[in-house]
Amino acid sequence: MQGIKVIFRKELADHFSSYRFIIIFALIAMVSLITAYMVGLNIRQQLEGVAKPRFIFLMLFTAPGAMFSLVQFVAFFGPLVGLILGFDTINRERNEGTLSKLLAQPIYRDVVINGKFLAGVAMISIMLVSIVLVITGLGLLVMGIVPGLEEIWRILIYLVISIIYISFWLGVAILFSIIFRSTATSALAALAVWIFFSFFVSIGASILGNALAGDTPQSDTAAVVRQARIVKAVQLTSPMKLYTDATATIIDPMRKSTRSIVSMGPMENLSMARFSGPLPLSQSILIVIPYLISLVAITIICFAVSYMVFMRQEIRSM
Amino acid sequence: MNTPAIIETHELTKKYNGSVAVDHISFSVGEGEIFGFLGPNGAGKTTTLLMLLGLTEPTSGTARVMGLDPVRDPIKVKSKIGYLQENMGFYPDLNAVQMLRFIGELNGLSGSRAEERIRSALEAVGLASEAEKKIRAYSRGMRQRLGLAELLIKDSRVAFLDEPTLGLDPDATNRMMDLIEQLSRERKMTVLLSSHLLNQVQKICHRVGIMIKGRMVAQGPMDRLAKEKLGIGPEQYTLEEIYMKYFQEA
Ligand SMILES: Nc1ncnc2c1ncn2[C@@H]1O[C@H](COP(=O)(O)OP(=O)(O)OP(=O)(O)O)[C@@H](O)[C@H]1O
Ligand SMILES: [Mg+2]
Repeated sequence: MQGIKVIFRKELADHFSSYRFIIIFALIAMVSLITAYMVGLNIRQQLEGVAKPRFIFLMLFTAPGAMFSLVQFVAFFGPLVGLILGFDTINRERNEGTLSKLLAQPIYRDVVINGKFLAGVAMISIMLVSIVLVITGLGLLVMGIVPGLEEIWRILIYLVISIIYISFWLGVAILFSIIFRSTATSALAALAVWIFFSFFVSIGASILGNALAGDTPQSDTAAVVRQARIVKAVQLTSPMKLYTDATATIIDPMRKSTRSIVSMGPMENLSMARFSGPLPLSQSILIVIPYLISLVAITIICFAVSYMVFMRQEIRSM
Repeated sequence: MNTPAIIETHELTKKYNGSVAVDHISFSVGEGEIFGFLGPNGAGKTTTLLMLLGLTEPTSGTARVMGLDPVRDPIKVKSKIGYLQENMGFYPDLNAVQMLRFIGELNGLSGSRAEERIRSALEAVGLASEAEKKIRAYSRGMRQRLGLAELLIKDSRVAFLDEPTLGLDPDATNRMMDLIEQLSRERKMTVLLSSHLLNQVQKICHRVGIMIKGRMVAQGPMDRLAKEKLGIGPEQYTLEEIYMKYFQEA
């Protein structure tokens, strides 16, 4: 892989010096700070006089602040970061004529995509890690609670899953930048896919579930379960659903199952905690692994398609 | 020419969705030679260069560059050839030094050896004083000279120059051609050059190939072409006359 380091470094430097990156970063930092701060205050107020529940620190990430919990925020807007980082990766270079300059050097074509992808992943990691660090620090200050070892582990796993998740979207964006010659088109296409998976799939899933299972009376338990299964299967075609399910188990151990993230107030969380014991870390990981594998798999598929298209493409812009 | 062939093609052909861009062309270029590629727009000059570089796959036929097959060994071929592309293709946000450093790194050149080479290359093409300027702010002629500096960084023994004088004023054109000739002479660089400026080509090229609609209609030293086509001896022809003759016939 000669040259991959060179491309990686150049790309990283480009990212750091681009306004685009600074704007995204400022936006994310702002929202996560505000959210975490409000959640922290909320939790502290409600905890006065109550015995400390377990995993209180994780609630910083899962309890909704102003509108979103931080986890929901990343699930929803994280994809946008990936898309924005990648939608013009290849076509911009093609339009500026720098792509043929690059490919006239003694490097393989896939090195170009790999180097750029890795630089994007590095960018995403830096963003996520710094956000989590800021929130952790703020949590310490506002709540005055030190996270336990298990909580730190859970946050780390959450970070890894999130990085993979946003990297998947980066891969989608890079694929579009290879397929479409115009950067505006690839941006639009990426946006359309994002909207499709954010809104359409969950709506479509329930419609499909209803259609396939028919009008079931609530008393027919088997039919209701069947319908729920169909809905879930369809929803899992969405990377967003894969991600929210996977992270919910990890960062919200009280849930015990991978239900969808409905916003729950901190008090609700607390009351649940009273009735059910938390899922141990090892169990949480076991539940998450299939989701993780699916996320990695779709990222690889996306990449494989990128390779195939890019390798065959005529270099000359038309 | 009795020097060994550095570039050789045999029945090289490229079709784009059925339409022929390059039509069974065969030619060879010897070591240290400057070969001029002439032809109207869309004749297939750029396409031929891209095939020789391994950037585009030929539909049929074969090519050899320094004994290597660009289809099978594109990496090796690319490490040996310096390519000045039609539209330059520099990153506008880099300055000349950064751009050349990047190219050097991609070619496995780094550290003080790279810096030294960058400095001397920029000096050789007369850009040393503007090395810290962003390429965005470069004029067309400066970009073209930066393109030549890039060849020096790679220390290529073979150079493909696609319209190196495109858009240059007459004075800059002359200096560019002199620079190319000097590089070829001093470094024994083999140059394949496409151009529309016939009298310039006439001045520095040892041999020319005339391409029309994808076919190579004539190739050889200009004297011979003149004698064949116009029936006149050397000193009396201009390349323009030869070219127009072929052009009218096609
Ligand atoms: N990607 C492509 N798809 C389809 N046809 C193409 C493509 N690239 C080039 N062509 C066609 O191939 C032919 C040769 O083009 P080429 O660029 O090689 O000509 P040229 O001699 O370099 O012309 P110019 O002097 O204008 O640079 C043209 O007819 C062009 O339309
Ligand atoms: Mg051309």
